[in-house]
Amino acid sequence: MVPLRRELSASYAFVERNFRAVRRYWGWEVVFLFHSIVSALTVAFIAPGGVVVAGQQFDSDRLILFLVVGTVVWAYLDSVFDSVAFMVSWERWEGTIESTFMAPIRRVTFIAGSSAFAVLYSFARAVVILVVVALFFSLDMGAANWVGAFAVLAIGSLGLLGIGIMSAALPLLFLERGSQMTVVVQASLLLVSGVYYPVEVLPDWLEWFSVISPATYVLNAMRAAVLDGVTLIDLLPHFGPLMLITAVTLPLGVWVFGWAERYALRHGRLKRSG
Amino acid sequence: MQPAVSIDHLVKRFDPAGFGGAWRRALGRPLKDPIVALDAINVTVRRGEVYGIVGSNGSGKSTLARVVATLLLPDSGAVQVFGHDVVKEARTVRRFMNRVSVEASFFKKLSPLENLSFTARIYGLPAGEARERIFEILKRLGIEEKAIRRPMDQMSRGQQQKVAVARALLTSPVLLILDEPTTGLDPRSKREVQDFVREICDTHDATVILMTHDMDEAEQLCDRLAVIDKGRILVEDKPTALRREGETLEDAFIRLTGHAVEVHEPDKTAAGGGG
Ligand SMILES: Nc1ncnc2c1ncn2[C@@H]1O[C@H](COP(=O)(O)OP(=O)(O)O)[C@@H](O)[C@H]1O
Ligand SMILES: [Mg+2]
Repeated sequence: MVPLRRELSASYAFVERNFRAVRRYWGWEVVFLFHSIVSALTVAFIAPGGVVVAGQQFDSDRLILFLVVGTVVWAYLDSVFDSVAFMVSWERWEGTIESTFMAPIRRVTFIAGSSAFAVLYSFARAVVILVVVALFFSLDMGAANWVGAFAVLAIGSLGLLGIGIMSAALPLLFLERGSQMTVVVQASLLLVSGVYYPVEVLPDWLEWFSVISPATYVLNAMRAAVLDGVTLIDLLPHFGPLMLITAVTLPLGVWVFGWAERYALRHGRLKRSG
Repeated sequence: MQPAVSIDHLVKRFDPAGFGGAWRRALGRPLKDPIVALDAINVTVRRGEVYGIVGSNGSGKSTLARVVATLLLPDSGAVQVFGHDVVKEARTVRRFMNRVSVEASFFKKLSPLENLSFTARIYGLPAGEARERIFEILKRLGIEEKAIRRPMDQMSRGQQQKVAVARALLTSPVLLILDEPTTGLDPRSKREVQDFVREICDTHDATVILMTHDMDEAEQLCDRLAVIDKGRILVEDKPTALRREGETLEDAFIRLTGHAVEVHEPDKTAAGGGG
């Protein structure tokens, strides 16, 4: 087989295996999905609730859409990040870390396969959440530019992968503490990216961090596409920062991963027992 | 003829402090002594032989297995597998080497078929052919058709371990490293795994390195044996040659190391703590 085809097929192996594992844990999948859907609904209710609390009319339909885009896009990005950052921990948790790292494939093949799974899995979940919430609130999304929205998501995923891959490498360095750091990164992204509010409302020093979060640009672009139906051409300016972030973090992520792996191989951090 | 594996002055130490060690060094604090897991190991494994490495817990067997299997980088010394350096040509070595460890490392919720199909894909075996071979190997191991599709966590440890050996076999390794493949198994499963290993040795021209602390197993399966203790190889010979008149291999082990194989446990601490 041609080397590239071989590596592609090998990376598909991770996609297939992980989906099979998800299927076997279907009970948990259903529960988590239920949780995500309920969270999304709860957030969307903030809009009509806000009208009551404030005691004055405002365009709560636009706020609902604003929140729904935020919550669904965050559900997606959070899941991509989670899943990518979990790639090493998952192998360790199942006990396959050594057999996976011993396989005669390039490390990027493993990273690419695990990331592809993360994106597909998260996308499927996000679509389900969106459909349920849209039906529940009879949302009018007739103006949305779905092609644009899809493009935003595709490019946005790349922007997040680099950071996810770096986080994935942490457990190679610190065993348990690595996973803890991942949670901190994830929570910080939620705070600074403007998931449920425009980042302008943040204090200045926090707003500054929103500039380096890829999620900020994904959310802005997605709202432009879904709320305002902005055309693909007009979305392009949003892609600039995302591509810049990707160009920096993705190669850096892969490099950091390689470095962490060498550290782990030198210091016996892959696995110790057995 | 080029040896299957040549290990030359291999040294591997573990820094017990991990990342903390780097801080201590930077601050000029005293460092804990590193654990010398492998202390200048020299071994040559010939093609086609079953080479045994016997030693008690903590003697360095798994560390040695991992260095040869490209899962640990040596501190110094060199290891070559069929002439390929395990550090510089790791991916080449990985292509024709496989390792079975004491824990059957699978996605336990997936079936043997799913786990082995994954391996087949990773190793670039054509899907149809792989499927046939998976069924063939697993059936020969006496694993029922039904069990092949059921989650692995419903199998006994002995069965799981057999699937682990089958997985290694699926990749057609020329070097097979078996790190305590029967430790912790009940006597019957143990025998079955041993029989399977013997069958592999008879029917495939693979070279096998077997780490074990089971003297009977070592004597029955190995063409040559090395006794390892505290990271050093004490002797190396045919099992029959290691024993003196009237001695069992166990006796010989005690004479050579000064302790029984099961007792000596220098390190009882659990897996390394977070950095
Ligand atoms: N990853 C590791 N980190 C730190 N110490 C280790 C690691 N692996 C092994 N050791 C230590 O090295 C020594 C040899 O261990 P090992 O090779 O696992 O022995 P065996 O397999 O013969 O029981 C032991 O003292 C063990 O605690
Ligand atoms: Mg061991």
